[in-house]
Amino acid sequence: MEPLSFKGKDIISMNDMSLDEIRHVLSVAGDLEKKSREEMMAFAPSTILASLFFEPSTRTRLSFEAAMSGLGGRVIGFSSSEGSSAQKGESLWDTISTVDQYSDVIVLRHPDDGAARLAAEAAEKPVINAGDGSNQHPTQTLLDLYSIRKIRGSITGTSIGIVGDLKYGRTVHSLTSALSKFESVSMYFVSPESLRIPIHVERELKDGGVAYSEHERIEEIIEKVDILYMTRIQQERFPEPAEYEKVKEIYHLDAALLEKAPRHMKVLHPLPRVTEISRDVDGTGFAYYFRQAKNGVIVRQALLGLVIGVMQ
Amino acid sequence: MTEKDKEHLKIPKIENGIVIDHIPVGRALLVAQALGLDRAGQKGPVTLGFNFESGKLGRKDLIKVEHLELESQELEKIALLAPGSSVKRIIDFTVKDRLEIKTPDLVEGLLECHNPRCVTNREREVETRFRKVREKPLAMKCIYCERIFLESELTLR
Repeated sequence: MEPLSFKGKDIISMNDMSLDEIRHVLSVAGDLEKKSREEMMAFAPSTILASLFFEPSTRTRLSFEAAMSGLGGRVIGFSSSEGSSAQKGESLWDTISTVDQYSDVIVLRHPDDGAARLAAEAAEKPVINAGDGSNQHPTQTLLDLYSIRKIRGSITGTSIGIVGDLKYGRTVHSLTSALSKFESVSMYFVSPESLRIPIHVERELKDGGVAYSEHERIEEIIEKVDILYMTRIQQERFPEPAEYEKVKEIYHLDAALLEKAPRHMKVLHPLPRVTEISRDVDGTGFAYYFRQAKNGVIVRQALLGLVIGVMQ
Repeated sequence: MTEKDKEHLKIPKIENGIVIDHIPVGRALLVAQALGLDRAGQKGPVTLGFNFESGKLGRKDLIKVEHLELESQELEKIALLAPGSSVKRIIDFTVKDRLEIKTPDLVEGLLECHNPRCVTNREREVETRFRKVREKPLAMKCIYCERIFLESELTLR
């Protein structure tokens, strides 16, 4: 088999990644955890990351910036399209073609679906998608997979409950599609009727022979899962405010509810949370979401190192 | 008079040109527009038939055009808008040959993406690109926003 080569590669969509490639990224990230701060800083001392955030995303942006700084590199860029050349009417193609001259790798967050693919065509340097509209957010999925693997030792055989907005949630679709590449994963979907998983996702699960079931209450599944993946009900995605009001506080995970959970279970959340996880969960052994955010930095360091070509 | 003869009374035979038959009902006008047959300056008459009886399809549309030659890009358009239709070249009132229409695996610049948030609809001068995910029934995926569109949803840009 040909060795996997990531140098110069764009990371645009989970749909482009094979199971072997996913496993390789997770394993490189795992190896990085054993390195000292000094060893990490030696990876990419003269590398420049262009961090282009055309819409705000504090978490993802800071995570990428922390990742690059931790590898010894530097970050240039902007954190909203306000005041940027895009507001003056410059095309995305031109912005990317220009920034491509200043940097070694480009990270892009953009409100339009497919913007990252277009950017990758414009740039010679590798482009990493940090979220393109409602389409893909591959680094979130990779850090979710990494967290599950870290918790359980393996993704194969995991029972996962996924709770909240399963209709509009980009992270949910991307995660289920990636998980279905692994063997013997069982999925329990928990959502109100109005936010059930879309038909195209269901079709994909059926085609892949994935075991799944749908529920309306966390109580129905909490005893059966290794991972409970909570998501926020996203107000901004609802066409009708009244529909949002009906379901906005439908799920509330607290320490009392977790008494029924298996001791080894962990709670994940892509963050930010609103009311779906009570603060009293933070102090329990079930909470993993802040650790998950930390894992995001390691996984992004692995991806940066691989596409720049300083890791194999 | 046979059924076939009756059919010919409804839409006249052509001497030389192209017949596009077995077009899914409701798509003939789109095909004609895509091939520019609705514009002035045609060399010969163009006949459009809607909702004809068909043994194969139940109902079908068809187009007959005098003095027309088709290029490969035009055959591609027919394959995208009216998959399954048959294209016959007519010389001297008889079928000279059948032109094969097959949807290419990658279609560049021809189709429109119906996702209003797709970058191909938001940025200037971006050509659309669709990859075939299934031949029958036809399904094409926008390589940018990754949405999949089915046969009945495909339109040209």
